[in-house]
Amino acid sequence: MNQRIPVTELASDFKGRAREALADSQLRSNFRTAMDSLMRKRADAFSDEDEREGLRELGNHIRARSLSNLPDLLEQLETKLTANGIKVHWAETVEEANEIVHGLIEAHDGRQVVKGKSMVSEEMEMNDYLADRDIECLESDMGEYIVQLDNEKPSHIIMPAIHKNARQVSALFNEKLGEHVSEDVDELIQTGRRILRRKFLEADVGVSGVNFAIAETGTLLLVENEGNGRMSTTSPPVHIAVTGIEKVVSNLRDVVPLVSLLTRSALGQPITTYVNLISGPRKPDELDGPEEVHLVLLDNGRTGAFADAQMRQTLNCIRCGACMNHCPVYTRVGGHTYGEVYPGPIGKIVTPHMVGLDKVPDHPSASSLCGACGEVCPVKIPIPELLQRLRQENVQAPDHEPAAVRGAGSKYSRKERMMWRAWVMLNTRPAFYKLFLWAATRFRALAPKKAGPWTENHSAPVPAARSLHDLARDHLKNSPIRGEKS
Amino acid sequence: MSARNNILTKLRTSLAGTTPRPDEFDESLVTGPWRYPPEQRIARLRELMEAVHTEVHQTTEGDWPELVAELLVKREITNLLYAPATPHGKQLARAWKDEADRPALRVYDRPIEEWKAQLFNEVQASVTGTIGGIAATGSLVLWPDRHEPRLMSLAPPVHIALLKASGIHDNWYDMMTDQNWAAGLPTNALLVSGPSKTADIEQVLAYGAHGPKELIVLILEDV
Amino acid sequence: MSELFYDAAPNATRVAPARETERRYPDKPAEVSLFGTCVVDLFFPEAGLDAIRLLEQQGIRVHFPQQQSCCGQPAWTSGYREEARAVALAQLDLLDDGRPVVVPSGSCAGMFRHHYLELFAEEPENLRRAEDLAGRTFELTEFLLKVCKVQLVDRGEKHKIALHTSCTARREMNTHLHARELLAQLDNVERIDHDHESECCGFGGTFSVRMPDISGAMVLDKTTALRQSGAAEAISADCGCLMNINGALEKQQQAFRGRHLASFLWERCGGEQ
Ligand code: SF4
Repeated sequence: MNQRIPVTELASDFKGRAREALADSQLRSNFRTAMDSLMRKRADAFSDEDEREGLRELGNHIRARSLSNLPDLLEQLETKLTANGIKVHWAETVEEANEIVHGLIEAHDGRQVVKGKSMVSEEMEMNDYLADRDIECLESDMGEYIVQLDNEKPSHIIMPAIHKNARQVSALFNEKLGEHVSEDVDELIQTGRRILRRKFLEADVGVSGVNFAIAETGTLLLVENEGNGRMSTTSPPVHIAVTGIEKVVSNLRDVVPLVSLLTRSALGQPITTYVNLISGPRKPDELDGPEEVHLVLLDNGRTGAFADAQMRQTLNCIRCGACMNHCPVYTRVGGHTYGEVYPGPIGKIVTPHMVGLDKVPDHPSASSLCGACGEVCPVKIPIPELLQRLRQENVQAPDHEPAAVRGAGSKYSRKERMMWRAWVMLNTRPAFYKLFLWAATRFRALAPKKAGPWTENHSAPVPAARSLHDLARDHLKNSPIRGEKS
Repeated sequence: MSARNNILTKLRTSLAGTTPRPDEFDESLVTGPWRYPPEQRIARLRELMEAVHTEVHQTTEGDWPELVAELLVKREITNLLYAPATPHGKQLARAWKDEADRPALRVYDRPIEEWKAQLFNEVQASVTGTIGGIAATGSLVLWPDRHEPRLMSLAPPVHIALLKASGIHDNWYDMMTDQNWAAGLPTNALLVSGPSKTADIEQVLAYGAHGPKELIVLILEDV
Repeated sequence: MSELFYDAAPNATRVAPARETERRYPDKPAEVSLFGTCVVDLFFPEAGLDAIRLLEQQGIRVHFPQQQSCCGQPAWTSGYREEARAVALAQLDLLDDGRPVVVPSGSCAGMFRHHYLELFAEEPENLRRAEDLAGRTFELTEFLLKVCKVQLVDRGEKHKIALHTSCTARREMNTHLHARELLAQLDNVERIDHDHESECCGFGGTFSVRMPDISGAMVLDKTTALRQSGAAEAISADCGCLMNINGALEKQQQAFRGRHLASFLWERCGGEQ
C-alpha cells in the first residue's frame, strides 16, 4: 500500500498513472469515501429540484451573458478597479504573469509570500517560479499547505489534499515539520494554524485568486471557509490577485446566484464561512488592509477556447469541482492521474486549450460519457458534448483546416480511419451487413477467445446462433399481426 | 500594454458579428425561495449559524454588555478588543467602568504595522458591530471601517458580533438592493457565516483554521 | 454544431438549451418499426424478439425493416463524425416512413433523439428528417408505459431483482423511471436497490476497450454491487450495459447474470392478456 504518491514518481502517461492509482487501494478508498460524502452534501443542499434547476439556468445565463460581452466587461472592470485604486495587469502567458508577480514582489523587496488558494497560480506554477528566485511562497489553505509540504500538486480543485488520510498527514507533519502530532484532525489543523499564523504575521506580500470579478463596482470576490483568504488579502502590505480573464461578471447582483451555486455545488454549504468582497487598497484613514492591491488577468489559452463558440462554454466554469465529485472515472483514478493542474471532467475540457491537445491526448477518451458531470454542473456546461467534440478534434487528419484546439489530430491514425471506413461500408450496405451477420452467427464457435483489451475484463463475446434479423423475419412471417416481409 | 491589446483584440475578433446577450436576470429565483415571515427570520438565522458551531444569544440593547462580560469570564479571557468611538463601544465602556474584575479593554487605534504581533499574539477576543444579517444563508454582514478595521474580526480567536434583529434581511439580494450596494462598496465588505473552519483533511470538520475559533452572535431584539 | 439549440449566429455565445419539458405522448399507434440495434442483433436477439412480442401483445403490428444495421453511435462517440453521419443517413433513409420507431436500448434511442440533430445540423433537409425521426422515436420502456399505457399481469413466482439503468436512459432520455414503473406493476417482483445505483457500469462503448483498466474497475464495482444486493438477477433495458455486465460476470466466474427487461417482462407476462 502506497503511503503517498509524489508527482515525480508517477508514470509518464495517463494510462500508466491510472493503472498505478487503481492498484492503490488506500488511494481509492480515500477518494471513494470523500466523493460519496461530497455528492451527498450537494444533494442535500439542493433538495428542491425546481429551485436548483432554475438557479442553474440563471447561472448559465449570467455566465453566457458575461462572455458574450467579455472584452467590454474587461475594460469596464479595469476602469472601475483603477478608479478604486486597484492596479490591473494583463498577461497572455504564464511566463508573463509570473514576471509581473515577481516584479511586484521585487519592487517591495519581498522575500516571503503567503498565498490563499488559487488555481490560476497553480497554472502559473508560481511557487516554483518564485522559489527559483529566492522568494518563499507558502500556501496557506490547509489542503494546499499539506500538498506543498509533500512536494505534490493538488488532486482536487476544492479539496487539494483529499487523496491523503489523517494518518498520512500526521506522518507528513512528523517527517517534514519535526512536529509530533497525532492523527487527530483537530490537532493537525491546530498545528497548521500555529505555523501559518506566524507566516501571516511576517509575510511581505499576499497572493490570492478571485472567484468573481465584478465590473459594475470594481470588486474582487473571494469565497472560503478557513480565513486564510482574508488573512492573505488583509495582513500583508501588498495584495496581488491573479485570475483568468473569464472570471468577470457584469453586475454585483450576478454574484448572488453564482455564489449560491458555487458553495452548494462544491461543498453542500448554503454559503461559505467567508464571502470577501474587496474593492480597493487601504484608504488614508483606515488602519489595516494592504497599501497596494494588484490584479493580474491571465489568458493562458482562454482566448483560444473563446474563439470557438462551442468550446467557449468551457469558460462558464466557476471551479466548483462538482463534476469531479460525481465522475466515476475521477473517483477511481484520483486527481494526480490527469497529470495537469485541473483534473476530472473540467480538466479534460479546459486543459487542451492551455497546454495543447497533443500533451493530453488520452484525456478526451477517458470518459464513458455517462453524463454525470453535465448533470450537476451549476452553470450547465455540456461537458459530455465538449468531450465528444474534443474526440473529433483528436482524430482529425493533421492537414485538416485550421484546428479549433491547439495540438488537434494527436490521435490521428490512418489505420483506425480505414477501419471506420470499413465499418461504414458494413453498416450502409444491407447486403454486406447481412452477410456479416450470417458469418458471425454461423461461425460463432470460431469467435476469438481473446478480443483485445475487451477480454481483460470480460469473457470473449460469442454471437448468438441466429441474429435478430433472422428471428424477426421468421417470427413476423407467422405472426398473428402480420409484419413486413422485406 | 500589448498583452492587453492582444487579449482584447482576440476576444473581439471571436465575437465579430454578434451582439451581447440581453440581461434576463430573474430575481425571483434568488428571492422567492428565500423569503420568511418576520417572526421566523431570527429562528432561520440561528438555525443555520448554530449548525456551523456559532454561539447565538438573543438579548437586548440594554443587557448585551453584561452578557459579553459573562461570556468572557466563563472563557477566562483576559482582554477584549473594542471600538471606543462607536455607540456600542461607548456603551461597553460604560458597563466596564466600575467593574474592576472584567477583561482589560484594548483598542485598535494605530495602523496595523505598529502592533501586528500584539494583535496576532495577545488579543484574545474582539467585539464588533455588523451592518445586518441574512436569514437565508445564516450570515452576518460586516463593513469594516477605521473604527473596526478588517483584522479586528479575523485575528482574535474569539469574535463577538452584535446584530440588531431589525437588521436581519431575508436574503442577500434583498439586502444589497435595499441598501443599494451597487452604488458603492467599502474597501472590504464581508459575509461571515460562522467561525473559521476547514474540512481539508478527510473531510473532517475542524474549527479555528485561520480565523476565529469561536464566533458569538448577540442578537439585540428591542431595536 | 447543433445551432438548433443555440443562438443562430455561428459565433454567438451559447446558452444551455431550455429545460426539457415533459414529453407529450401520442395515442397508441397501430404499427411501429422496431430498431433492434446492432448489439441486440448479434448478441441479444431474444431480447429483440421479446420486445416484438410485448408490442404485439398490445395489439401493435411490428415491422422490422431488414435493411437496418447500426445507429452510428460507435463512430460518433469515437470522434468519427463523417463515418457516423454516413451510417446515420442510411438509417434515416430507412426509417423515413413516418411510423413510430421503438428501440430496446436507451443509448441508441438517444442517438436518434439527440445526436442525429447534431450530425445533420448543417444540412437543412436531413435535419428536418432527423427532427421528424427524433419526434417519433421511443425507447421501449417509455413506449410501453407512456404510449401503450400497459397494465402488466404478473404470472411469475416471487422474485427479487436489481435494476441497472443505463446512463443514457437516465441523463439523456429521461426514461430512467419508466423501467421502475413497469417493474412496480409486477406483483411478485421486488426491486432491490444496489450500492451506487446511479453510477455508470463502465461500458461507454469504445471507452471499455480504450481504457480497459478504468472501465474494468467500474464494471467490477457495478457487478459486485449487483451481486451483493440480494437480488436473484439484474435487469436492464440496455444491451450495451448488459454485454459489459454479463461479460464481466462470466470472466469473474460468477453465476449471477443480467437480463434484458423485455425478456424478463415477456417471461412473466407473456401470452394473451
Ligand atoms: S465544469 Fe461545472 S461542475 Fe465542473 S468545476 Fe466547472 S462549474 Fe463546476
